[in-house]
Amino acid sequence: MSASSTTILSLPDQSTATVPKKNYITAEHGLLSWLLTGDHKRIAMLYLISITFFFFIGGAFAGLIRLELLTPQPDLVASDTYNKFFTMHGVIMVFLFLVPSVPATIGNFLIPIMVGARDLAFPKINLLSWYLYVVGGTLVLATMVLGGVDTGWTFTTPLSTHYLNTHVITTALAVFVAGFSSIFTGLNFIVTIHRMRCPGMTWFRLPLFVWAHYAASILMVLGTPVLAIAIVLVALERLIGIGVFDPTKGGDPLLFQHLFWFYSHPAVYIMILPGMGVISEVISTFSRKRVFGYTAVAFSSVAIALFGFFVWAHHMFIMGVSNYSALVFSLLTMLVAVPSAIKIFNWSFTLQKGSITFETPMLYAFGFMGLFTIGGLTGVFLGSLGMDIHLTETYFIVAHFHFVMVGGMLMAFLSGVHFWWPKMTGRMYPEAISKLAAVVTFIGFNLTFLPQFILGYLGMPRRYHSYPPEFQVLNVLSTAGATVLGVGYMLPILYLAWSLKYGAVAGNNPWQATGLEWQIQSPPLTENFTEIPIMDHEAYDYEWLEHKTAHEVTTVG
Amino acid sequence: MGISPVLWQFLVKWLNASALFPREASTIAPWMDELYFFLLAMTVVGIILVGAIVFTFSIRYRKAVHPVATQIEGSTLLEATWTIIPLAIFLVTFVWGALLYFRIYNPPVNSMNIYIVGKQWMWKAEHPGGQHEINALHVPTGRPIQLTMISQDVFHSFSIPDFRIKREVIPGRYSTMWFEATTPGTYHLFCTQYCGTNHSAMIGEITVLTPADYKKWTEESTSGMSLAQNGERLFASMNCNACHSGNAAARGPSLAGVYGSKLTLTNGSQVLVNEAYLRDAILNPSQHITAGYAPIMPTYQGQLSEDGLIDLVEYLKTLNTNFRVQQTLTNSQSDQAAPPASGVVKP
Repeated sequence: MSASSTTILSLPDQSTATVPKKNYITAEHGLLSWLLTGDHKRIAMLYLISITFFFFIGGAFAGLIRLELLTPQPDLVASDTYNKFFTMHGVIMVFLFLVPSVPATIGNFLIPIMVGARDLAFPKINLLSWYLYVVGGTLVLATMVLGGVDTGWTFTTPLSTHYLNTHVITTALAVFVAGFSSIFTGLNFIVTIHRMRCPGMTWFRLPLFVWAHYAASILMVLGTPVLAIAIVLVALERLIGIGVFDPTKGGDPLLFQHLFWFYSHPAVYIMILPGMGVISEVISTFSRKRVFGYTAVAFSSVAIALFGFFVWAHHMFIMGVSNYSALVFSLLTMLVAVPSAIKIFNWSFTLQKGSITFETPMLYAFGFMGLFTIGGLTGVFLGSLGMDIHLTETYFIVAHFHFVMVGGMLMAFLSGVHFWWPKMTGRMYPEAISKLAAVVTFIGFNLTFLPQFILGYLGMPRRYHSYPPEFQVLNVLSTAGATVLGVGYMLPILYLAWSLKYGAVAGNNPWQATGLEWQIQSPPLTENFTEIPIMDHEAYDYEWLEHKTAHEVTTVG
Repeated sequence: MGISPVLWQFLVKWLNASALFPREASTIAPWMDELYFFLLAMTVVGIILVGAIVFTFSIRYRKAVHPVATQIEGSTLLEATWTIIPLAIFLVTFVWGALLYFRIYNPPVNSMNIYIVGKQWMWKAEHPGGQHEINALHVPTGRPIQLTMISQDVFHSFSIPDFRIKREVIPGRYSTMWFEATTPGTYHLFCTQYCGTNHSAMIGEITVLTPADYKKWTEESTSGMSLAQNGERLFASMNCNACHSGNAAARGPSLAGVYGSKLTLTNGSQVLVNEAYLRDAILNPSQHITAGYAPIMPTYQGQLSEDGLIDLVEYLKTLNTNFRVQQTLTNSQSDQAAPPASGVVKP
């Protein structure tokens, strides 16, 4: 069969196959059974729906921003409105999409299964975490309806405390509440990974996806409270003028930025680390090989989490921090770049002597590797003190973090969603159109954000409503790219929804992958495992899988 | 068939008018661009390397030609290679970047100082000779210019891309940077820190003139009063000289020659008197009591604008003796006992 040489996909015979009647989706019926569930898989689904909703709202704001920037003149909306657009875009995308994207959906669904447990350590806290997310999200929507907020997602004082009369408090409350949602998720993961591994599941038999989530969870639990403190201080300063950040009262306006970036720099690792976990799983599965240098990849996640806490002041090199602290933070920034390089090379070498196929998750993973490499290396520009002076606060930095967050994280998220879609729903997504979507996204992304690097070096400042006319050509390219990108993101939601009813029945292990999650039925039972598994092999052991399947009679139904 | 010539002309003109690389108009710019091209080369090489590895393996080991994977554990040698080589490159970048940073932020001693005050949403420039500009700055070529900047309200950031310099303008604190322009012309000035509604309108024009043209400009556009002269007036009108008279018995310390000196405070600490110290001491005197004096000076917070503070600081910088202070004092005292001026008819 010619198809078998280009794909590893092995589906059960479609004429007789059905999705298992008993699974976590059919276990209970009615809206309340979802809203009051303790099942990590159902909560993951709730999260998936809610973050997708917010992703498209945030995306709509991005579209409006690009539309305004099509012309140099401030002609589409008023300046205040434009400022609200990019603030809402940032707040929604960072706090309501990127931070919970992979951990709260894919991570929530898979971490218990991957460690061989029936659920997370605290199912009710898991549900509470989703409700907090919804409250945070609702507050953001309320802000939007009430008239928006224009602080920028960074809430820089004293602008946010003394000079704006928009809905700063509502937004601050939203971020505060959503932050607790993230703390609870992290806490749940840490306890689950420590205490609920099945017999035989040693730390070094854990999939790298779990390692990445463990590192990200530590960041969530230790970093997010600092954001909460910073945001409460902003609210107090606004409401009763406590003066912590107000220079006329002896406060320090830079203190806010220290506190804010102490969370918000680790936050980028909260966003990217789980995505890196996805890439490890996907690359391994589609090259039929153990991840090259398992321990190096695992420890590089921990190293990123550790160093990630000591680089925050690289957001403030031009702010008049002392020259010597700038030196130290620049050096540490260079160090944190190394584990990312290690990961990229290890993934590349995982391909060596593999047996590679190119299904959609793999295409997204390749997209991730290319875009994340650019994003990472342009980060070195910004970590380099002198270069940062010219590049910071321009479109260069916008392009850089979109390469990491959108090119990296969103590609990883889509890779993961496609990869585990058969496990989550029991049905396959349509392959041809999803490959098209992956390619369209990649092209659209590059067209959108590569011109912004040039704009940044030219000096075009970020958050500008109007700009000098000589920057127009590059901005038009960027807007054109954003249109393509929009199509690339619309496609998956359409065909994934279609596949819920019409997709091919996936069977337990369509990718012939080794993870524990692939050894159980899809969609899984509410209790995941009928009996707790005993782990007797390492992660990514394809020989074990071959041995196992050789003696297995495939049953259907 | 084909595109309409009008449209074609428009497109060609539009594309030609597009900027792709900023002009190099300061002594810093070539240094910055050198590092930029190094980093760009690093990025391109990195991408090509990763791309080549991924593409080669994808073609050589695709399932069609390599149906069974060979399991490989890893390789310590390779791990060490791709840890040490990137680390080495990043460390080179670190040192290079640090040298450039110190070059940009440490002004040469002979630089000419210009004050910049940022406020929502305009830039005010104050030349020592008393020229005031709004959203504009005239500077000569071939002379290092130091900018001493402060914000009246929120964070702003003073950026001249063609000079490759930028620095945050902070409320309540002076920040400095310097440049030396090389090519006459006009250049963009941007506020790059988001500062509220009209952030994108907080822009201006830097005009670089030849030294001769600059001299002409300064003569034509002076307000007639230098910053120090303004400061002297303010000093008298705020009655600073009542205490800072320079007399041995005065309640306040003598200010002559205080700029640049080392001062011992009541809490025993030693400070170097610079612009920032002078400003802080006026606004927040109780934190800056010179040893041997009583904490009686009131705060001038809210009574002096940033411009006024700059004038005072400039005045204090020029104050080498107390002669002028005492003269002002004598004048003001003689004013009180105003002799009848001729021509004024007394009732």
